[in-house]
This record gives sequence, structure tokens and C-alpha cells, in this order.
Amino acid sequence: MLADVDALAAEGKWKTLMPEAIVNAATRNGKMFAVPINIHGQNWIWYNKSVLDSVGASEPRSWDEAIAIMDKVKAKGLIPLAFSGQKTWERGLFNAVLLDKGGPALWNGLYAKRDQAMVRGADFRAAAETYAKLRGYVDAGSPGRNWNDATALVIQGKASMQLMGDWAKGEFAAAGKIADKDFGCAIIGSKGGGYVMGGDIFAFPKLKDPAAAKAQMTLAKLMVEPETQILFNQKKGSIPVRIDVDATRLDPCAQKAMKLVADRNQQVASVEMLAPPAMNGALEDIYSQFWNTPAMTIDQFVDKVVGVLKQQL
Amino acid sequence: MSASRFRISSRLSAASALLPAFLVMGVVYIGSTSWTVWMSLTSSRMLPSNAFVGLRQYEILFSNDRWLTSVHNLVVFGLMFVLASLAVGFLLAVAIDQKVRAEDTLRSVFLYPYAMSFVVTGLVWQWLLNPTHGIQKLVRGKPDTVIYCLVIAGVWHAAGLVMAIMLAGLRGIDEDIWKAARVDGLPAWRVYVSIVVPMLGASFATAGVLLSTSVVRLYDLSVSMTNGGPGISSEVPAKFVMDHLFERANIGLATAAATTMLITVVSVVAPYMYWRVRKAGVR
Repeated sequence: MLADVDALAAEGKWKTLMPEAIVNAATRNGKMFAVPINIHGQNWIWYNKSVLDSVGASEPRSWDEAIAIMDKVKAKGLIPLAFSGQKTWERGLFNAVLLDKGGPALWNGLYAKRDQAMVRGADFRAAAETYAKLRGYVDAGSPGRNWNDATALVIQGKASMQLMGDWAKGEFAAAGKIADKDFGCAIIGSKGGGYVMGGDIFAFPKLKDPAAAKAQMTLAKLMVEPETQILFNQKKGSIPVRIDVDATRLDPCAQKAMKLVADRNQQVASVEMLAPPAMNGALEDIYSQFWNTPAMTIDQFVDKVVGVLKQQL
Repeated sequence: MSASRFRISSRLSAASALLPAFLVMGVVYIGSTSWTVWMSLTSSRMLPSNAFVGLRQYEILFSNDRWLTSVHNLVVFGLMFVLASLAVGFLLAVAIDQKVRAEDTLRSVFLYPYAMSFVVTGLVWQWLLNPTHGIQKLVRGKPDTVIYCLVIAGVWHAAGLVMAIMLAGLRGIDEDIWKAARVDGLPAWRVYVSIVVPMLGASFATAGVLLSTSVVRLYDLSVSMTNGGPGISSEVPAKFVMDHLFERANIGLATAAATTMLITVVSVVAPYMYWRVRKAGVR
């Protein structure tokens, strides 16, 4: 049903220029069937610089450091963590903490290998504990809030930081805020970071008309050209899907991202690329339930996660 | 001769007129329902497959916290919503029936919420109950009380309809009954409780059935007001089915949940239907 773009990929050396996880996600049976057009980072910390300055803190490098900063922010009477209590973002926050505590090894162990022993391990427990601790740093209005309303709290200086994908950059830009001056962006992780890569793709249905099929390939080729990539991603907030473009034309956060993605050890595939929606959904329910049920113990939480892995979704 | 031909052709035309209805009935209701039940016995994920797994999906379903919470919520919501809507609707109808001024306006005002979809209702009450800039004291954002907030929104939505049905019933009650009661010196509340309410049995039944169907299909209110949150505390069965069918590409589990809903409804409705048929037969 879909036209493969493997010839273009070979011609443009996509497989060497794009991160492996992205190429894999677009490949079936050894052929590329989709054109990846960008990389969205999902685990950014966005912080308000003047709020952090006012408590004498600098950019956090791990969630433990972030919590230390948030304690000071809380003492000042501001909202430490701008949070949108919807299932997706509750999962997003857990995943960010998971990557911080366990690094890509735990990440892939859970989502790709479904390793039950790793879930019962110390790193996973540490992630669950930190996640549970974060409940104390959100405000009463967080349940059900939309993510962009949470971003607005950071922009207005009512909250110190938010965990959100790079699409949040658009909110800052629309408010006239400038990266590295008004707000900061950080990828944090105590086990060597990790940049969680999502992204968008184009796929082309197979056509009978050769002229139309040729036009498809022309479009596909154009979308991956370096110039298109830069101009498109300047607007989209994501970063180019190929690592050989001129990063200096992008904003400071995107430049940081380009540097991270160029390092193979920092490349982390998004959970959507690693596990089917049935499993991610089942885990999301559990993360969300845990977040909203302070009475649930870490053991119960671990058991529930293992229970999902056992279902072999 | 001609009479019997006429009979055949009239029967034929009657049958052909009913055929589309039978087809719709057969394909849409019976066909889709049996297919759903069959799918719930397979390991279907994103696409339907015929790999038979017995009752495994049901095992998973009944060990799933979210499903159990959904069922519990539906029971709580169903009971409270139906009873409260009937009570509020009846009281509104009685109040309006006191020959008040601007009756038409008031009637429209109370019926107005029903003209809105549950989506709008949910959104309005989400704002009203917002803990940071809504009615602060109320309880949205607390998992153990959120379902009652859904009940409040639901009652606000449905009470007007109940009122309209009850008002029609009240207007159908003979003036002579009131006169007779007055002669007997009965207080008004006593007339309502002992005479009017029993006479409105049909109105209560109609309203009850209408409300019950909206309980079973409860979906949009939960989606728009809380999206099932906080956590899984305001999830409902229909939402469980929809999410697993579409978002989570888990047809097997979704159809198992749908089948469970069907069995539950049938097991409530079937005895009632049987009872009605028997009663009609006796008469």
C-alpha cells in the first residue's frame, strides 16, 4: 500500500545521516517506507531564568538537583513545578525521571526488552521514589490542566520549571521570550542524560500514475534537503532529522539538541517507537494512577508494572 | 381467486417493505454484536484476527484497576444521577406547576442545559469547579470525590428534561382530585406524596429509562470534564472501550469490555421485558 523510499534513502545516505532509532522506526522488512522530517525532543526542562536567579540557583543537571532548587522556590511561595495533570504528561514526567535514574539501559530494558528483573531493580525503584516525591511540588490546579497553560505559568514567572517536549518552545516564542535570556532549556540526567527522540514522518501511498509517483519522490527528496530542514525546523521547534546541517542557524535550545543527538550514546528512541500502543497505554494508566494515589506503595507500583509486562501486549 | 392473489401480493409487499429494517437489524445489531463477542475471544490487537484465546481477555479485563474503577464509577454515578435527576426534576416541575409568573421563561431556563451536549456541560463544570480559579472549596482535583462532581454536572444537565416530562404529567392530573383533596382537608405535600406521585408512575418510568440509557453510554461527560482523571478516578466503561479500541489498538480487550457491558445491560433488561410480556399476556 505504501511506496518505499529506499532508493532516495540510499542516494541521500539517509541511513548514515539520521539517528539509527529514527531510521529503524521508518523501516520495515529492510526498506524505508516513511520520510522522517524532524526530531522532537520529549524530555526538556524549561525554566524561568529570573525565578531561578532569584533563589540563587543555576540550571539543574539531574532531578535531584532540580528538587533542591524546587525546595527553595517553594519556600518563596511560587509553584515549583508547572504541571499539567493529564495522563500523557504524567507518563511523560515519569519517563523523564526514569531516564534520569536509569539511563538508556533501563529505558530500553523496560520498553524494548520488557525486562521484568530491571523493573524490580534499584534504579527503577529510585525513579518511582523521585516521581512520588515530585507530587509535593505541583499546585492544586494541576489536575487536568493543559500543557500550554502550565507553560504559561513558567513564562509568567509563577512557576519555576516545567518538563515538556520542545513544542513548548513555541509558547515561549509567542510570548516574545528569548532562549538563554528569559528562559532556559536543559536535558537532565544523572546517568549520562539521553535525548528522547520523537518526530514526524511522511508516508506515500503507492500510485499507478508514474508521473504522480515521480512527483512524490521529488517532494520526499526536497523535504530532507538541508535548506528545507533548517527553514522547516526553525518554525516547528524540532530539530533537523539529519545531523550534517548548519546548526548555527537554529535557536540555542535546538543547537543544544543537535549536539546531543550527534552523540550516539545520547540517542534514545521514544516509547512509541519501542512498544505498541496497547502496552504504552496500560503503563500510562498505572503511572497516572500512581501519581494520583499517594497511598500506593512503591512495591504495589512495581508489581503493577511487572503485571503489564507479563501480559505481553 | 383474485382475493387470494391479492393476499399474497399484499403480504409480499409488506415483507419487502420490512426487508430493509430486517437487514439493518440483522447486519447492524445482531451481526456486529456477534462479531464483537467473537473478537473478545481472540488476541486481536490493532487489526482483527481470529486467533482464539478463550477467556484470556476477560481475565486481563477483570484484573485491570482501570476497568474495575470504571465499573464502580458507573454504579455510583448511575444510582446518584438517576435518583437525583428524578428528585430535582420533579421538584422543579412541582414548583413551576404552582401557577408562577413567567412560567414559560423559567421552563426554558431549566430545560436549557439539556439542549447542550455533555461535552459543553463537562467543560462548563470543569471551569466552575477549577480549584485555582473556580468555586475553590469544591472538590475537583481530588480522586475520591471527582465522581460526585460528574453527578452534579449530569444532574444539572438532565433535570430540565425530567421537569418537562413531570410537568406534562402534572398537567394531566384532573383538577377534581385537587378539589376533592381540599374538601378532605389534606395538606398539599400529602396530596403530592400519596396521590400525585403514584399517578405519575408512567412519567417516572419514562424519565427513568431515558436517564438510564444516558448512564450506560456515559462517555462524553467524563472525557470533557476530567478525561478520566485525576489518575483513573473518573474513568467509565464506555471510555475504556473507546480508548482501547482506537487509541491503544487493543481490539481484543476493548471488545471484551464491550461484551461485559452488553451482558450486564441484558441481564438487567431481560427480566424486566419478560415480566412485562407476561403481564400483558395475563391481561
